[in-house]
Amino acid sequence: MAARTMRQPPFVRFMVISFLVLWLIVAAFPFLWTLWGSFKVEGDFFSKADWANALTGPLTMVETGGQFTGDGYYGAWVQEAFWLAALNTLIVCVCVVTISLTFGTLGGYALSRSTYRYAFWFLLFALMFRAMPPITLVAGYLLPFFEWNLWGHLSTTIIVLVAINQPFTLWMLHSFFKNIPKDLDESAMVDGCTRFQAFRHVIIPVMWPGVITTGLFSFLLAYNDFAVTAMLLSKENQTMVPKIASFLGTTQTKGNVMFAVAAVVSVTAPLFVMVMVFQRQIVSGLTAGAVKG
Amino acid sequence: MKHQTFFWFVLPSSLAMLLFIAMPIVSVITQSLYTSHEQVIVEVENCGPFGCTKSVTIDQEATEALRDAEPLGKFAGAENYLNRSHLASGELGVFWTESDGFGDFFSKVFNLPLYRALAFTLTFTFVVTPLTIVLGFIIAVAVNSATQVIRGPLIFFSLLPMIITPLIGSLILFWMVDARGILGHALQWLADDPTLSVKASTPLMWIMLMVYGVWHAAPFAFVVFYAGLQTVNQDTLESAMIDGANRWERIRYVVIPHLVPLVTFVALIQMMDNFRVFEPIVSFAAQAHAQSLSYFIYSDLGGETRLLNSAATTSVLTIIGVGILLSPVLVRTWRDFGKG
Repeated sequence: MAARTMRQPPFVRFMVISFLVLWLIVAAFPFLWTLWGSFKVEGDFFSKADWANALTGPLTMVETGGQFTGDGYYGAWVQEAFWLAALNTLIVCVCVVTISLTFGTLGGYALSRSTYRYAFWFLLFALMFRAMPPITLVAGYLLPFFEWNLWGHLSTTIIVLVAINQPFTLWMLHSFFKNIPKDLDESAMVDGCTRFQAFRHVIIPVMWPGVITTGLFSFLLAYNDFAVTAMLLSKENQTMVPKIASFLGTTQTKGNVMFAVAAVVSVTAPLFVMVMVFQRQIVSGLTAGAVKG
Repeated sequence: MKHQTFFWFVLPSSLAMLLFIAMPIVSVITQSLYTSHEQVIVEVENCGPFGCTKSVTIDQEATEALRDAEPLGKFAGAENYLNRSHLASGELGVFWTESDGFGDFFSKVFNLPLYRALAFTLTFTFVVTPLTIVLGFIIAVAVNSATQVIRGPLIFFSLLPMIITPLIGSLILFWMVDARGILGHALQWLADDPTLSVKASTPLMWIMLMVYGVWHAAPFAFVVFYAGLQTVNQDTLESAMIDGANRWERIRYVVIPHLVPLVTFVALIQMMDNFRVFEPIVSFAAQAHAQSLSYFIYSDLGGETRLLNSAATTSVLTIIGVGILLSPVLVRTWRDFGKG
């Protein structure tokens, strides 16, 4: 039955396939190109003579003696201490995800179960906060943070990212908890549980799919952030993304733009793995807010 | 749920939002009303063997002390808002009386930093948002008509441009359109101009930024529409077919009406995100050609002299801009949910 509406004449079929191939190239080719190029020397990756040099790498052969070179990676990770930035990113991401999920599940659960009007106002304010560009808030943080010596620490950045993350986390978990039947926790309360016990023993065991999805997006926000981490972290506490931005300032003059290319590939790799493993959750998370209402 | 229980449950997240979102807004508004202290200038008399000379110097210590004592600066009222780098009310008046026609007036106005940033931000928002929706829709329809087996990998590759860190995604594109990169070479070949460089041309830079914007955001629209397509009623589609609707008519009269609520959702999210466009300008080093409101704040905050008050003023104006942009949606949400 469905097959009949899906049947395509050859011309349409051809159009669809060529469009998909084109889109795949647009979506994926830049990543492959950069991955390949990160193992070449700068003279090949940015070749004045012939763009194909980035593929064949004649200068890489001349300069290093091999088809591929790990110099960019060595320079970035060892010479420029990118490992430290990676460590900082790890700390920030783990803390942000844990804290915002803890806050978010409590808040989102309460919002989904409250029948009063203030719960609606709470969500509306969260939506307005979600629309605020983070950099406008950063302008508000700097002066107080300087005055109270809070500037530059990882912990400050973590709590700021948690706060910026909250509106989104609340909305997502709220709509997720709405789909868990009320009867579940209410029957537990009839049996003598307090609200918190019902949450602890009845809701927590069944909430993991929603929490994992929300956690992925919290992770992405913390991992991808540039505005907050670039302005609020001191040089030695920098995470990976602002570190790459600082490579552009310093190393381009030294002719070591390949450090930045290698660092970019290093930052992209974990994201690839994440999409591969959690594709289903990401898709369901993106559509959760939209399709259900 | 009882009021008290509700209070304890939402306390942590509301405290976080109050301290780090609501308070900064207050802080930004306050800072925008102040301006930093001027340097303390003292007149010193130097008396040497050949008589005395008077010279004017900056008293660094006193300046420092004054700035430490009152870090907020001195009260300036609306001055920050009206000066040349923000709303520039004085300049606007002068331009209005001096210029000979609207074209001249607007070209002068868009030389003022804030208006230039505003012009780019609005252009970006209103060009990228519709293009994203259209491209996302086409990808969704195409993927939906592909064989079941290849849909998984198709979705995987389609997600990449969105999941990637914006700063990094735009850097990757920037390296490719560099005059020495593959796309840069391709552009030079197409235009038959070996000196063509995206970095040097304002219109090309704007186009490049918007191409990046669409590339980055299309997967989001795609995923939402794709999920919507799974719930299109197959019976309706089939009856439309039996009634003689062709492929295009079926999309136009069955599929698109089904997706309209999703379009509103995607448009809302995309407008919020495009209005804050920031990272690609950093990556493309495009500040000479295009500045967005976010970049304007960023460049005030960074650098040697942190112009906190100026940044705060721009921030307040940006927040007002977001408010205006979102007001129709907020009113609608309020009407839809508020009564229920």
